[in-house]
Amino acid sequence: MIAEFGLVALWLAAALAGLQLVAGFTGVRGGEEAIARLARPAALVQALLCGLAFLTLLWLFARTDLSVALVANNSHSEKPMIFKLAGAWGNHEGSMLLWVTVMALAGGLIALVERRLPERTMLATLGAQAFVGLGFYAFLLFSSNPFERLNPAPVEGNGLNPLLQDIGLAFHPPTLYFGYVGLSVAFSFVVGALLTRQVTPEFARVMRPWILGAWVFLTIGITAGSYWAYYELGWGGWWFWDPVENASLMPWLAATALLHSASVLASRDALRAWTVMLGVIGFSMSMVGTFLVRSGILTSVHAFAVDPERGSFILALLAINIGGALVLFISRAGTVAEGERFSVLSREGALVINNVALSATLGIVLLGTLYPLMTEAFDMRVSVGPPYFNPVSAIFVLPMLVVLAVGPLLRWRRDSFARIRLPVVALGVLGVVVLAGVLLTSAIDILPLLGLVLSVVVMVGSFLPLRGRSLRRLPLAVWGMVIAHFGVGVSLFGMASDTAFQQERLVAANTGDVMEVGPWQAVLAGVVPVAGPNWTALEASLPLTYDGKEAGEARPQARSFWSPPQETSEIALVTRWNGQLYVGIGNQNEDGRWQLRLWWKPFVTFIWYGGLLIALGGVLALLGRLSTDISRRIAARKIADRRADEEAFAQEAGA
Amino acid sequence: MTGGIKPKHQRLVLLFVALVALVGAGLLAAWALRNQADYFYLPSEIVAESPEPGRGMRLGGMVEMGSIETQEDGVTIHFVVGDGEASVPVSFTGIAPALFVEGSGVIAEGTMDADGTFVASNLLAKHDENYVPRELEHMTADQVRAQVEATLE
Repeated sequence: MIAEFGLVALWLAAALAGLQLVAGFTGVRGGEEAIARLARPAALVQALLCGLAFLTLLWLFARTDLSVALVANNSHSEKPMIFKLAGAWGNHEGSMLLWVTVMALAGGLIALVERRLPERTMLATLGAQAFVGLGFYAFLLFSSNPFERLNPAPVEGNGLNPLLQDIGLAFHPPTLYFGYVGLSVAFSFVVGALLTRQVTPEFARVMRPWILGAWVFLTIGITAGSYWAYYELGWGGWWFWDPVENASLMPWLAATALLHSASVLASRDALRAWTVMLGVIGFSMSMVGTFLVRSGILTSVHAFAVDPERGSFILALLAINIGGALVLFISRAGTVAEGERFSVLSREGALVINNVALSATLGIVLLGTLYPLMTEAFDMRVSVGPPYFNPVSAIFVLPMLVVLAVGPLLRWRRDSFARIRLPVVALGVLGVVVLAGVLLTSAIDILPLLGLVLSVVVMVGSFLPLRGRSLRRLPLAVWGMVIAHFGVGVSLFGMASDTAFQQERLVAANTGDVMEVGPWQAVLAGVVPVAGPNWTALEASLPLTYDGKEAGEARPQARSFWSPPQETSEIALVTRWNGQLYVGIGNQNEDGRWQLRLWWKPFVTFIWYGGLLIALGGVLALLGRLSTDISRRIAARKIADRRADEEAFAQEAGA
Repeated sequence: MTGGIKPKHQRLVLLFVALVALVGAGLLAAWALRNQADYFYLPSEIVAESPEPGRGMRLGGMVEMGSIETQEDGVTIHFVVGDGEASVPVSFTGIAPALFVEGSGVIAEGTMDADGTFVASNLLAKHDENYVPRELEHMTADQVRAQVEATLE
């Protein structure tokens, strides 16, 4: 009964989305006001129903109700509770239900609190939100029903892919989905603004928190995903340019560009059409990402179920939503008046470079990701990897990082080089010093070399906008910018350092053998069997010394899971402030020796610290913007109250 | 008011700059993709076309029975990948994936060396029960079946 309850809630939510669509567009066309007024309540009730449906699914997974096909296929009664719950969204149907639920909750939130825009624009926005939502409801109900029953119910479930039984991964997909859905909200605002010809700074201000939120979630999702691939796959790398990784990177690139152009629109009323365009691209990339991951159309280390029918469904949704938005954009772009002008040397000018470089990088990643699909049409099978992505994207990313270090020093509208000459020269000198220092001490490739130089310049440069400002009175949003930019430098430093200076040892070792890698020395003390809740493993123990001093022990495992049966390699990581030792155990040779792989990765952790700093910057900016919005709202209410009081007083006095 | 550019045309100038950058990026990408994409080969195609040594590529096929030999250093293996028509010797230094066994499908990433051995930098084997490397799906079913049967005899 419980599964049917969830299904009914989902159908009702879909019906309410239909009502919301009709009400929204009735309002836009100036129709019956009684109908238009239903849009906001419809969004709210829809959010509640969708939330209920998702809670139902969680409940089914918590109880391991094996009469539900999805639970039987993806869960197991003897799995730890946290992974039972995570199993609810660790599969295709459940994750699509999560997507729709988050989208409905976002719609409900807008309907409840957002009252700054003209009501017609809001109705158009809610209508657009319902339109996008309906597509996903149809997808769920007609081709991915999560509540489908299985008759007869099996005695035991299939379990969850052991690679996915990881606490980090339990929260990874939802994080990305929050990001994707945030961009769908920005998209709805864009459609609303275009339909009602209201591309104004106020529109950018209303949309901005949603972009910021989406961007923070995407940043965290990418950072976590990278770390997961790093320690779970056991290949020592942190970014593989895998289609699934690119699927999360592309919306991030678009969101980063959108975030910056929306800032220009909000504070300077410029880049109007450009911001609208980026809003459309941002959500397009979310849908392309979902399509790539969910259709299984590309080979990926992140294996998901392959189902051509679902792929076509998402592709159709993509075509309808994005095609429609592009047609709307082209037909309305002419009516978006040109915004305020600015000189080339200005904050706006720098942000234009940021936008163009990010868009170009996005194009490069998109083409590289889709190229194997295109050639397959001509019966050629190719794969595209780092030799393409690294140098080609660097052509746009590296100049952008130079602008990142200097741009925030510029004033809005127009500036003169003379005013910023001192800090620019200082940063230039710093860059040359680092370059000379690295060149004199080591021979490294050109990309990591430029990366190291620019990372230092960006890290220092990101704090320069604080020069001559009172730190106490600095708005939170500016702190956010400074910390996020600093994080970019930190992350880049980690990437360049690991690429340039990592050292690797691959050996077959007997018990008692000593291995050296970088400043580390490891001894294979022994290999013993160990057991966990749903796996057994062979665990090597390797006492370590760093620079001759004792430095703990590494215990890598070769694990065998039994439901479903699968072998995984559990890496041992020893973290120091200046990097990580990465130890993996392989197979045992016939002569009894164990294969061991050791990496010393200097400052590799800075990659993820940087990612977290970027996300923290986003959170601070979001808090700053929200608190300004709230205090503005309170002030407006006070003024309105006073005016009402005065009027009442005047009337009384008159009477 | 705006340095050097006639304000009237600013919108067009911005559009132009953006278009030039994006078209440039597209051309650059197209050029680089032609040069940097790794082509996928079956052993028979490698034998027929003998691709230039040193170019990145992927080789896919079945690991022939009895062909895996571990070398003296304990971390290098030599094996033979075949597709029923031809076979290619492969050398790999590293930790092979758990599901890499004789008689099963494998994708090797790497380059050909001058003497006709494929030097693999990475091996992808069957991931789990539900996952077959996508390139292997495209070997005709007959090819794979014939291969497995031939190796089982």
